[in-house]
Amino acid sequence: MILLNLVLWLPFAGFAALLLAPRAREEAIRRVALGVSLGVFILSLGLLAGFDRNTAAFQLATDLPWIASPAIRYHIGIDGVSLWLVLLTTLLTPLGVLVSWRHIDKRVKEFFAFFLLMEFGLIGVFVSLDLFVFYVFWEVSLVPMYFLIGVWGHERRIYAAVKFFLYTMTGSVLMLAGIIYLYNRAGTFDYCTLTEMMWNGRLSLDRIEQTALFLGFFAAFAIKVPIFPLHTWLPDAHVEAPTAGSIMLASVMLKMGCYGLLRFCLPMFPSAARSMAPWIVVLAIVGIIYGALVALVQPNMKKLVAYTSVSHLGFVVLGLFSFTQLGVNGAVYQMLNHGISTGALFALVGFLYERNHSLEIKDYGGVATPAPALATMFLITSLASMGLPLLNNFVGEYLVLQGAAQADFRWAVFAAIGVILSACYMLWLYQRVFYGETPETVRRHMTDATVREWAVMAPLLLMMVWMGTYTQTFMPPITQASASILEKARFNVDFRVERQTPRQEVADAR
Amino acid sequence: MLASFVPPAPAEYLRALPEIVLTGVATLVMVLEPLTPPGRKRALGYLGLLGLLGALAAAVAGYSNQGLAFSGMLRVDGFAVFFRVLVIVAGALAALISFQYLRREDAESGEFYALLLYSVAGQCLMAASNELIVLFIGLEISSIASYVLAGFLRRDKLANEAAAKYFLLGSFATAFLLYGVAMIYGATGATNLDAIRQALPAAKMGLLAAAAAALMFVGFALKVSAAPFQVWAPDVYQGAPAPVTAFLSAGPKAAAFAVFLRVYLTAFGSISARWENVMWSSALLTMVVGNFGALSQTNIKRLLAYSSIAHAGYVMVAVAAHTEAAVAAAMYYLAVYVLMTIGAFALVSYFARKGEQWVHVDDLAGLGQRQPVTAALFAILLLSLIGVPPTGGFFAKFYVFKASLDAGLSGLTILGLLNSAVAAYYYLRILVVMYMRDPGKSILDLPPMAAGTRTVLWTTSLASLALGLYPSIVLRFTGLAVTK
Repeated sequence: MILLNLVLWLPFAGFAALLLAPRAREEAIRRVALGVSLGVFILSLGLLAGFDRNTAAFQLATDLPWIASPAIRYHIGIDGVSLWLVLLTTLLTPLGVLVSWRHIDKRVKEFFAFFLLMEFGLIGVFVSLDLFVFYVFWEVSLVPMYFLIGVWGHERRIYAAVKFFLYTMTGSVLMLAGIIYLYNRAGTFDYCTLTEMMWNGRLSLDRIEQTALFLGFFAAFAIKVPIFPLHTWLPDAHVEAPTAGSIMLASVMLKMGCYGLLRFCLPMFPSAARSMAPWIVVLAIVGIIYGALVALVQPNMKKLVAYTSVSHLGFVVLGLFSFTQLGVNGAVYQMLNHGISTGALFALVGFLYERNHSLEIKDYGGVATPAPALATMFLITSLASMGLPLLNNFVGEYLVLQGAAQADFRWAVFAAIGVILSACYMLWLYQRVFYGETPETVRRHMTDATVREWAVMAPLLLMMVWMGTYTQTFMPPITQASASILEKARFNVDFRVERQTPRQEVADAR
Repeated sequence: MLASFVPPAPAEYLRALPEIVLTGVATLVMVLEPLTPPGRKRALGYLGLLGLLGALAAAVAGYSNQGLAFSGMLRVDGFAVFFRVLVIVAGALAALISFQYLRREDAESGEFYALLLYSVAGQCLMAASNELIVLFIGLEISSIASYVLAGFLRRDKLANEAAAKYFLLGSFATAFLLYGVAMIYGATGATNLDAIRQALPAAKMGLLAAAAAALMFVGFALKVSAAPFQVWAPDVYQGAPAPVTAFLSAGPKAAAFAVFLRVYLTAFGSISARWENVMWSSALLTMVVGNFGALSQTNIKRLLAYSSIAHAGYVMVAVAAHTEAAVAAAMYYLAVYVLMTIGAFALVSYFARKGEQWVHVDDLAGLGQRQPVTAALFAILLLSLIGVPPTGGFFAKFYVFKASLDAGLSGLTILGLLNSAVAAYYYLRILVVMYMRDPGKSILDLPPMAAGTRTVLWTTSLASLALGLYPSIVLRFTGLAVTK
């Protein structure tokens, strides 16, 4: 209970400390940022120890009044889904700090201060159980990202930053209207109370209300995910952001949207979600294929990776709106997988950029010769990203496809095209960058991975293998949480809830 | 009539104490003005500030001495106390900004502070008026003083234009208002708000009353710069000296909204069906005109003028909702708005330098690097103006839209919220320039910020933040004011 508060507020304390730090002592500022983010990560590992894996209830909760009228409470807590997303955030933040160690050389103090503020906002989004507090954190995470892109980004950074802010802001004000409407109807912002009231019928929303509210929330989340055709801010933001910004944006910030869909859209407005699911799934599948096709023809590495996100997150949305246990489990797993493998890809692209100062694929070639270790890391990450068995993405994609097939076989068929295409664009990228002739500039600048780069990549590579081979570490809490959400989403709809994944049944049989 | 004259009780004088203090000190400043040697005019400013503080104390004291005064012409209730405190604070902040500004422009004189105090006195009177004639007198005191303030730098061409425009349109506004007062007197035989409320449902001439409400709406809308009567605002705000613009965008607007709310919710409450739709359309139009007008502005004073129109639109949403919660929300909004806008203009008036030569958005380039603290404070104000949590600006919008949604105005709420996303664009542009562009020549000879301006910038931005974290500070008060 205290621990979760510490995990949430320590980054904020770090932010405040860095604001007061003397500007000239850049090395000390970097160390403080790294120390704080590592400390948060270690504390967050403590969450695992205090977490009961056999319940879907919110745990380690704190519930204090904040504002009397309207009744806004500081209510935080985690379940099996938010647990892993918090851990993903706390793992990637220190890695992001390490990635930026040399890469960021101007206004160092502000950069790391904003970075920690963003961690605070992101963790806040995943732990808040009061809709109002959720909205506050949702917006709080937006501001530092805006500055990270706008101040430390590449050439067209200002355009990208403003576009990112306006897209997100437009979506989130619609969600705010929804939140206010719910409060006026129910008299509470508390997520648990709201879902409880809907569950036992004390708060019933008619068809129009539910549809309108669903669309309001959906707008905010769909822009954030992003679901095709609302994705156009994403390539710009990714390409222009500094490496660490891209990592946090892809790995964690996009998950805010997926998380919102799962946490709010499905259980609170089940009928609307159910009736709109076919349309959303179509958009998701279009996103999967479109994202992959566009990635295929990108001449810019970062843009390529950005479009793979559109494709991969299509799987997440497909899984969520399949309304099957397997699909939702797979979607959550895929959220984590995408965080790990796309984060790693952006980090690697960043390493290449630091050496050769170019993101264009045509400026590279034969990198494997001067930098074999870097090439190996890139290969493993690429294989993970395209969904090779025994690596993490395979598990998620498989579960999503299985869940989608249970709902409608055609969905799985079309989505599977995306898996094939992902192999094409990743392998082709790998071939063009790491094999072939080595241009003179590459030969001159390309050194192999440094200790710092190993430190960034080693945990990510470890996680890829771990998540690909031993899902049992991660899956039970996810299953608990998603089963409980699906149970609420069953409301007025008939479909299967399988309380346990087949894998778990096998484990129980033993 | 005279035979039944009862002399006012001492408590009634106490209820008018803020106005008495302000008028007294302002007159004293005028008397001392010719006796003060040219280099010592600042002392008169301090005297004026002292007067404002005294009036503030008197206004706060009025909270424990509520009631009617002078045969029901003044009503000192929570609502009146709230707005009196607000306009006095606005006046004091504007005075603090003007110290540095007036010295820089070689325009330091006692008249400036005297006029400021008179204007605040008029606004206090408006806030407490319970009678249309008193309201009119308060409005005139406030307006005439501010016309002169707008043209205070009389050698400046733009300031002259601003003053003339402000005067002409302001006179139209009061004329419309007076016409409305006359008509409502014809319909109900009363100018007292309580009497009008009682007489109105029984009044036979419903059409006349509606016409009166319409005419008075024109008058008030001109004063609060609500569309379609907002056209004067950008020119006046751009032309007037920056500290005066700060004052105009805060005090007179808040006071005008106070009487707007009071008149429409008490006196015209029973015919709300006739004016709801007008308010609805005006609110939407004001937000749209303000936000879309601001998008293309390059002059920061003009940009903030459009932004102030847009903010008036959000308050109009609350007027359109006209429930108790909406009134409380409007009060909260105005409190936050006054702080934000004065803070923003404080920075503008500091940054503009002599002759207001640096008033373009682009001139702010690199402020984030050269003066990180100033830039950070301004950034907080801008984020609050956008309405990003956890700032006061966010809560203000939240309460307004919560009230309007509760009153069943879903369409207006969603359009308003989308408007606030549009607004993010032009405020972000300032942030972009400030933090993401390299410093240009506009930032080379930036003088140190005087203590007064610095106080204002710190107070307003920290208060915007504090109101976001603890909105109950003001909220408890607005709630009380409304239920009583």
